[in-house]
Amino acid sequence: MDNFKWTRKDLLSLYDLEAEEIEHILDTAEEFKKVSQRNVKKVPALRGKTVVNFFVEPSTRTRMSFELAEQRLSADIININANSSSLKKGETLLDTARNIEALQADLIVMRHSAPGAQSLIAKNIRCGVLNAGDGAHSHPTQALLDLFTIREKKGSLKGLKVSIIGDILHSRVARSDVWGLIKLGAEVTFAGPATLVPKEFENIGVRVCHNLKDALVDADVVNLLRIQHERQKRGFFPSTNEYAKFFGLNEASRKYLKPDALVMHPGPINRDVELDSAIADGPQSVILEQVTNGLAVRMAVLFLVSGCVEK
Amino acid sequence: MKSEYILTGGRVIDPYRNIDKEMDIGVKDGKIVEASAIPDAEKIDVSGKVVCPGFIDMHVHLRQPGNTAAETIATGTMAAAAGGFTAVVAMPNTSPAADTAGTIEYIKRHTAQDGVVKVHPCGCMTKGIAGEEMAGIGSLKSAGVVAVSDDGRCIQKHQLMKHIVQYAKAFELPILDHCEEDGIKDKGVMHEGVWSTLLGMQGIPSAAEELIVARNIIMARTIDWKIHLQHISCRESVERVRIAQKRGIQITAEVTPHHLSLTDERIKKFDTNYKMNPPLRSEDDRQALIQGLVDGTITVIATDHAPHTETAKLVEFDYAPFGIIGLETAIPVCLTELYHTKLLSLPDLVSKFTKGPADILGFDQSGLAAGADADITVIDTETEFTVDADKLRSKSRNTPFKGMTFKGKAAATIVDGKIVFNEL
Repeated sequence: MDNFKWTRKDLLSLYDLEAEEIEHILDTAEEFKKVSQRNVKKVPALRGKTVVNFFVEPSTRTRMSFELAEQRLSADIININANSSSLKKGETLLDTARNIEALQADLIVMRHSAPGAQSLIAKNIRCGVLNAGDGAHSHPTQALLDLFTIREKKGSLKGLKVSIIGDILHSRVARSDVWGLIKLGAEVTFAGPATLVPKEFENIGVRVCHNLKDALVDADVVNLLRIQHERQKRGFFPSTNEYAKFFGLNEASRKYLKPDALVMHPGPINRDVELDSAIADGPQSVILEQVTNGLAVRMAVLFLVSGCVEK
Repeated sequence: MKSEYILTGGRVIDPYRNIDKEMDIGVKDGKIVEASAIPDAEKIDVSGKVVCPGFIDMHVHLRQPGNTAAETIATGTMAAAAGGFTAVVAMPNTSPAADTAGTIEYIKRHTAQDGVVKVHPCGCMTKGIAGEEMAGIGSLKSAGVVAVSDDGRCIQKHQLMKHIVQYAKAFELPILDHCEEDGIKDKGVMHEGVWSTLLGMQGIPSAAEELIVARNIIMARTIDWKIHLQHISCRESVERVRIAQKRGIQITAEVTPHHLSLTDERIKKFDTNYKMNPPLRSEDDRQALIQGLVDGTITVIATDHAPHTETAKLVEFDYAPFGIIGLETAIPVCLTELYHTKLLSLPDLVSKFTKGPADILGFDQSGLAAGADADITVIDTETEFTVDADKLRSKSRNTPFKGMTFKGKAAATIVDGKIVFNEL
């Protein structure tokens, strides 16, 4: 492994990170991926450390992945969710976090619906804070596992054309992927209905298009985002049928796809809406490998930040 | 307290009378007098300073009654004095809202007891600022309000707004309107633009303001009455006001020091002290606001001083209340951003705080003429001022300018001859 020294107690957003920090996380994750391939899938890296999984917004996949990562690192774990927390009783978020700090916890893994909620906590308490998703803002470990998967398959991100398709406006995945991809030298396209793909992203060098074909031809990686039915009710697009017809990756549109293009999805998939089952389960899909890699990436970031939390 | 004194050697700028020259100003028994009329009075040396008619902040939230944890008439007027203001217009979105004569009487009584500077109450346009039924505008006028406003909210029912403008006109009360269309604002928390897009926060489009600015211009034209647009924030508003004024429509506008000096990029660290409504907008909007001041389209700078406790503000950005304090930083920010940059001359800048608001509110126009109330603001344009949040007089600390250094500040504030703030 390289000689890079990790110095952050928090992982809040890839916007904050330098390219070499991102590379360092990915390198570290490669080592941790081997742990899960052994008979005894456990190392003592976080033995004696306490990790609090604080999920103010519900989560199944990310939480499961973090919890397993913590267990494989031998950490002690507490889970708090929105229903059981004092937030329901009117306690402020910061007070809840201060209580967690007072229990001598080392790390807080946190999901929240409000952008920046983790920054508020990270600034005001000693514990390391790992952002497991803050509204539509950021989901750094999802981006890291996407980068890890692409790097593993393609060797390097440099010069790759990556298209992210779907509800960009409400997507923390897109907002996290984009910084990692840009910093590691990939070219990013955002595509989808004009109501859900803000042109403002052009300001950071993203190509914005509203035509699926333009997003698919030449793409080395295609990342489909989950489209939520709720957006239809709010008038962003007329129906899931029309969405699937114009923006779904399906039998009709797959002809534009390069044969070696990777198909990714952060899950959970709306089968046959943004992505046809045949493609989701087909040879170009790396969707389940993303899940596997997520575990390695989360072990890596838990390990790295835990080394920077003051005793 | 001395009853007569002379401010000597200062540069007197009196926008009401187009005066800009070095002269002495006499004060006796709360009134301005010719210095020569009181030759034996004490001399207070203000050479090197600028002596102006009292500054008026026509957009202030004093929070009393209702939220005295954030501010009171006592602390808010202390902050006003320290910021160089001799008078403030108190917005009516208190709790209860200032929609009846009784609440206006309450504010006047507490001002008489605790007020450090003059407080001019503004009454509500609708009962409870609910935007549904007209408030007792005539009774509010009798109780002493200087204008009506639903500030903090905006009446969405255009027919109701039309009736209020017609009704208020008959009582000669100017309308002060917070321009915001609720549907397109939706649950926005910051300016809709590059930064809201990058941060994943719901934006408040400039269109939310522009739609109501356009509506209000139509109302002012068809009813032929004064509508003053509060805290305008975007290029489109300035341009519409400029065109309307050329057509002789009675439309005026104010801008805040923060919209003149800050942009939405500041929000990238999620500091809720950059959350206010209207939101900080783009650099292009900021430039348009400055241009609006320079060419005279915007005649008023007002702070929208909006105190909130630290408890209220130290929360998730989405959940924090809108608003920041501004009384004690307005002069430093504006001198630095507008005068020292040579964008505005000192007389033009002083006018935005004096004659500008006085014209809209129908206040006395005597300025520093003999016989006028001795309401005087003395400015030091050169001293450096670093904002130390812990030293602010306001009861709240929610300033976006914390730790920043500006050039110039208020040196003394005089209300009815009484020196209520003195750093001479």
